[in-house]
Amino acid sequence: MLLEIENLDVHYGRIQALHGISLSVGEGEIVALIGANGAGKSTTMRAISGLRRPSTGRITFGGEDITKMRPDRRVVAGICQAPEGRGIFSGMTVQENLFMGAYTRKRGAQLNADLDHVYMLFPRLKERRRQPGGTLSGGEQQMLAIGRALMSRPKLLLLDEPSMGLAPMLIAQIFQIILEIRDQGTTILLVEQNAQQALSRADRAYVMETGSITREGTGADLLVDPAVRDAYLGVA
Amino acid sequence: MNYFSDRWHDLLPNLGDLVVAGLTQGAIYALIALGYTLVYGVLQLINFAHSEVFLVGTYASIIVWGWIGYAAGDGNPVPALGTVILLLGAGTIAASLVSGGTAVLIERVAYAPLRRKNAPRLIFLITAIGASVAISELVGELTNRRPWGVPLLVEPKTQFVIDPGMSINPAPVTNLQIGIVLSAIVMWFLLDTFLNRSRFGLGIRAVAQNEDTAALMGVNKDRVIMLTFLLGGLAAGVAATLYNLKIGTISFNIGFLLGLKAFTAAVLGGIGNLRGALVGGLVLGLVENLGAGFFGNKWIDVVAFVILVIVLMFRPTGILGDSLGRARA
Ligand SMILES: Nc1ncnc2c1ncn2[C@@H]1O[C@H](COP(=O)(O)OP(=O)(O)O)[C@@H](O)[C@H]1O
Ligand SMILES: [Mg+2]
Repeated sequence: MLLEIENLDVHYGRIQALHGISLSVGEGEIVALIGANGAGKSTTMRAISGLRRPSTGRITFGGEDITKMRPDRRVVAGICQAPEGRGIFSGMTVQENLFMGAYTRKRGAQLNADLDHVYMLFPRLKERRRQPGGTLSGGEQQMLAIGRALMSRPKLLLLDEPSMGLAPMLIAQIFQIILEIRDQGTTILLVEQNAQQALSRADRAYVMETGSITREGTGADLLVDPAVRDAYLGVA
Repeated sequence: MNYFSDRWHDLLPNLGDLVVAGLTQGAIYALIALGYTLVYGVLQLINFAHSEVFLVGTYASIIVWGWIGYAAGDGNPVPALGTVILLLGAGTIAASLVSGGTAVLIERVAYAPLRRKNAPRLIFLITAIGASVAISELVGELTNRRPWGVPLLVEPKTQFVIDPGMSINPAPVTNLQIGIVLSAIVMWFLLDTFLNRSRFGLGIRAVAQNEDTAALMGVNKDRVIMLTFLLGGLAAGVAATLYNLKIGTISFNIGFLLGLKAFTAAVLGGIGNLRGALVGGLVLGLVENLGAGFFGNKWIDVVAFVILVIVLMFRPTGILGDSLGRARA
């Protein structure tokens, strides 16, 4: 397994947000993490990136224990996140935002090639590369957040609610690109409230409720699971 | 009415001199203000100990000049141009290193432990004031609380005269004044370029705009913060050396008022904004000198703070607004 989380507890002060969760992501997979608002999905993502230290439990990445590793080292190790709400540097240009994704890397031909690659994936970003990030539309900002994360050449790409606030056509486009990114060899852990879309794209998925993992299985299995359909797919 | 027209008559002939003196003084404020603004942009912390970062720089350059053989009152003639350049270079480097080092030390000793504990903002402020008093008192102890003379390294020479005509007296502009203003502009330009063009500058701006996302992109926040303190310290060191050239004596307590003025300049220009520090410094120097010309010299400090209050009433984010941390999410 590329990423393995074992018995993770995370607290915000006295509030416990994660209760001993375990999950894993294999190389080349798209794994979805679904659940209602406040379930603890973003907290899980923050813990994987190192923004939030777990109180107990272990995170390993490529066989190495990274539980106590600094966030910047994790980026170098190959984990990059497009956070919830996108986290665009609104005062920087689109291109500067993309260079931020490559912050830990050496400038050079390889990096320029990756920049071209991101611009190929998202032609809109190329058109707007000199514009401040804050002037982009919601969909463009999401593309920028994903493109920026790709600039770090991640082994594992963490996407926290990439479809949030987007029109259905844009959502379909974003998911299309997520599949493309996986096919080019990047493993993906995807957090979504849009369970229908996420489950139909994911190889495997976990369902989270109030800080615990309550179900797991292949995306296809969970899509037809009556409890999941009832709670997350809006089907009675 | 008579009061004001009398004052105006006093002021008018000196207008040129006041502008030149104001810009020179303002350039020094601006250089110190850069440190307040940089740290504020990244940490939203007003580093009140920055005044002492400046203070130690003034001593550092005087000590180095002494080593080279130029001390106040030693009867040496004003050195020749080559020696002056050597002295200025050595003094600036020494002051910048000592100021920069002190700034980083303050951050490591006084602030970093608080950050690790997620201390409330007020605690940082109290610590900042504590650090400021501690350093100033330490310097006071080391110098027996006696002022130090500054050797005369540059004889002020008039380079050109501004003659605006009307009833304004011609104002001479000296080599020293030109040098001080140019140095401030060059220093600001270097910092601005560094922030906008270099990879580390990008990191500083990223932390200023969105700390968490910066960390997700692999920016080491601790390193960025140290770098920010270092840059502010380097600028303060340059300011300290220029201040020495302009002033005959220094003592352990000069940091307080200068720091307060520079902080005012930073707020005036828009704290968090480098260009704001430059503009705020120059405007403050100008306005307080004009105010002193109008109301009399003893009002110079009052004028500075009244201006601050008035500007903030109409523009709470300062003249240019906040831009290092622009559009914080
Ligand atoms: N910074 C924070 N401080 C305190 N509690 C938080 C913070 N962030 C999240 N929480 C709490 O942790 C729980 C999980 O939140 P989160 O991980 O954001 O959920 P999700 O991403 O699934 O919507 C929620 O109860 C939320 O209120
Ligand atoms: Mg969330």
